[in-house]
Amino acid sequence: MGPSSLFESLSGKMSGVFEGLSKRGKLSEDDVAEAMREVRLAMLDADVALPVVRDFVNKVRERAVGHEVLESISPGQAVAKIVNDALIDALGGAGAVPLDLNAPAPVPILMVGLQGSGKTTTSGKIALRLSQRDRRKVLLASLDVQRPAAQLQLQQLAERAGVGSLPIVSGEGPVQIARRALDVGRREGYDVVILDTAGRLSIDEALMQEVRDVREATRPVETLLVVDAMTGQDAVNTAQRFNEAVGITGVVMSRMDGDARGGAALSMRAVTGAPIKLVGTGEKLEALEEFYPERVAGRILGLGDIAGLVERASETLDHEEGERVAKKMMAGKFDLDDYASQLRQINKMGSISGIMGMLPGMGKMKDILESKDADAVAIFRKHQAIISSMTKDERKTPAILKASRKKRIAAGSGTTVQDVNKLLKQFDDMSTMMKRINKMGLGGMKKMLSGLMSGAGPGGAPGGGFGGGGFPRR
Amino acid sequence: MSGFFSRLKQGLSRSTQKLNAALNHRFLDESALEDLEDALIAADLGPAVAARVIAGFRTSRFGRNVTTEEIQETLATEIARVLEPVAIPFEPDFSHRPHVCLVVGVNGVGKTTTIGKMSKWFRDQGKSVMMVAGDTFRAAAVEQLQVWGERTGAPVIAGKPGGDAAGLAFEGIKRARETGTDIVFVDTAGRLHNKGALMEELAKIIRVMKKFDDTAPHSVLLVLDATTGQNAIEQVRVFREMVNVTGLVVTKLDGSARGGIVVALAEAFKLPVHLVGVGEQVEDLRPFSARDYARGLVGGSGDLAARLVEGETEAR
Ligand SMILES: Nc1nc2c(ncn2[C@@H]2O[C@H](COP(=O)(O)OP(=O)(O)OP(=O)(O)O)[C@@H](O)[C@H]2O)c(=O)[nH]1
Ligand SMILES: Nc1nc2c(ncn2[C@@H]2O[C@H](COP(=O)(O)OP(=O)(O)OP(=O)(O)O)[C@@H](O)[C@H]2O)c(=O)[nH]1
Ligand SMILES: [Mg+2]
Ligand SMILES: [Mg+2]
Repeated sequence: MGPSSLFESLSGKMSGVFEGLSKRGKLSEDDVAEAMREVRLAMLDADVALPVVRDFVNKVRERAVGHEVLESISPGQAVAKIVNDALIDALGGAGAVPLDLNAPAPVPILMVGLQGSGKTTTSGKIALRLSQRDRRKVLLASLDVQRPAAQLQLQQLAERAGVGSLPIVSGEGPVQIARRALDVGRREGYDVVILDTAGRLSIDEALMQEVRDVREATRPVETLLVVDAMTGQDAVNTAQRFNEAVGITGVVMSRMDGDARGGAALSMRAVTGAPIKLVGTGEKLEALEEFYPERVAGRILGLGDIAGLVERASETLDHEEGERVAKKMMAGKFDLDDYASQLRQINKMGSISGIMGMLPGMGKMKDILESKDADAVAIFRKHQAIISSMTKDERKTPAILKASRKKRIAAGSGTTVQDVNKLLKQFDDMSTMMKRINKMGLGGMKKMLSGLMSGAGPGGAPGGGFGGGGFPRR
Repeated sequence: MSGFFSRLKQGLSRSTQKLNAALNHRFLDESALEDLEDALIAADLGPAVAARVIAGFRTSRFGRNVTTEEIQETLATEIARVLEPVAIPFEPDFSHRPHVCLVVGVNGVGKTTTIGKMSKWFRDQGKSVMMVAGDTFRAAAVEQLQVWGERTGAPVIAGKPGGDAAGLAFEGIKRARETGTDIVFVDTAGRLHNKGALMEELAKIIRVMKKFDDTAPHSVLLVLDATTGQNAIEQVRVFREMVNVTGLVVTKLDGSARGGIVVALAEAFKLPVHLVGVGEQVEDLRPFSARDYARGLVGGSGDLAARLVEGETEAR
């Protein structure tokens, strides 16, 4: 999302707070107070740690009070802009910070973090990226002698990534393994050696000492703290203790493909001062991206991440398929295969309320949908099961579906004949609606859609325009 | 007893040490309550729930001089009251032979480890246990569970990597029935609740299980990581709606995270919380106790309660 559209949605929210406040001139303490309460709540809901929130709100308040409001914008817009800019600043300023590999080879990278935060997976992802994109020769070494099959996990990831992996020698301790990894790295001409460590609690003195020893022995150029994007208030403790113990040079936020608002990113940055360098966006080794503060700012404030949505949509959705289906729709030739294809695309995008959550200004819509989202998903799921139990002919020409066929389909999909009938009825409605849309033309459709959005459309179902054909409701 | 309780004790003794007998009280005014509310927020209760807990506290204690202990006790009681209705032990019905327990959750929360611990738990009670390596996706997930099989002496049913988890679950239950096994734990790959296709895969596992035994799965345990913040609410909401979660397990309570989100979950969903994980070892599993959990939460803010009193003294 460009900064301007984020700015618009943010100011939309803030202008609500400033309703009735039309005076111009300098922003007063009172003007700012309520907006700051909103910001505080939004940030706490996003899991930004309390001390960090406090600090941030104080800074913003200072900046805002006494700020000259120009004639051209409202006080709400002015505060919104200050908040947004401050958040991007606090997250490290616009633009991504790359990994630092400026050191004689082999460059050691040390991965640390709590249990299950995503260290091993991220090690594999970084290895893949460095070897494919930057043509570096990478060695992966697991120092995890704690978790069952941890070394094997990294070895398998190394195979998938097509990079080197340090042979497993049982009985060695972490420091020994680390030394051996660097030896092998030197001898075999590796550019980078990634040292994956066992997960540890920041309050576990013995294990924190162990990772300190590893650091002493290897002098890593990057020490990356891997943190789950869903982390709550504990982010400050973790960041502080790991930073004190081993000196963090960068943070990786894993599982940003979830729908957590990711406030931990701000806490991490505030406590360690280290930049957030990368984000994990999936379980696959390819799912690693640079961190752009300007994108995450909107997510933390609950204003959506349009850029992320568009990216995700263009990655996951098959555009040719979409166009093909749209053409058939417009020609009135939409069949059950096309419907199934649409359902698959919706599935790929994730839950509907999840998508809505990524859209700015859709907060209310999301709330309404949330209550119904699970229903919708359950229905979609059922429909997919039913359609996949049909023969090709049946999908092309649903009219041939008589009682015996319906019984077979119901049994095959674990549903009832009633469910099959419901699907057929809804499909029928959809086809009728599409024919009507065709007759109306584009102008008519727009009018209908705006009717739907205000809840006055056919059936009054919010989001009824999804997928272009009105999606089924019970 | 490791972790949870010793930490609680530590928290208490540390805060008691800090206290000077003459100074360990504070007048409970608005600013004191605000500090207390902040402490609860910092324990992940979330702003709304923290406000509600403090509201209860306010009615009974406002305008009085209170000691640190009193703050801790009252707050713990207030929180325990919310947790008590969901503190329900995990009691499988072995007459199903096997009782089928499906274990689900987002990535890395501790599903596989918890299955290992539960296997030991029930084997110690003289039950026969089987585990199904239903995570056919993640690297070395099968081998990880197999190590837990060796540690606990429970057989592990595994298939090919990348194979069909639903088919494997079916096979596992069938095997357990044939061998007269009391309980079978089905491990699943971690999945984020906002991924429709992955959630659908879980639903399919259940559909296929039902083909063998239409009463299965008899329990669906959702595992939550205590370090998780407000997103846990969304996790529970979606998993519950998609796969009929019957109970929760909260892991990693041995860390510095307080797990306060469980209070919000108890309020919002009233789902049973059966067990807590307090370490990486096989014996690090405890029944969920409302009272202990509440004290653990306040234990951290026990320091806080102490600081509250100290801060007040310094300010004077
Ligand atoms: N959806 C998603 N899953 C991820 C991401 N990164 C890691 N995971 C998953 O998270 C789980 C834990 O990842 P690991 O890499 O094993 O975590 P770890 O920190 O090495 O764990 P320990 O070594 O046990 O401390 C696995 O199921 C991974 O597939 C991500 O960015 N998105
Ligand atoms: N300290 C602590 N660590 C735990 C606890 N439970 C699990 N872990 C650790 O958390 C990490 C992840 O545990 P797993 O059991 O692999 O988690 P999972 O949910 O099966 O992960 P995926 O299958 O990758 O989604 C491992 O390092 C475990 O040792 C606990 O109660 N306390
Ligand atoms: Mg690991
Ligand atoms: Mg697992």
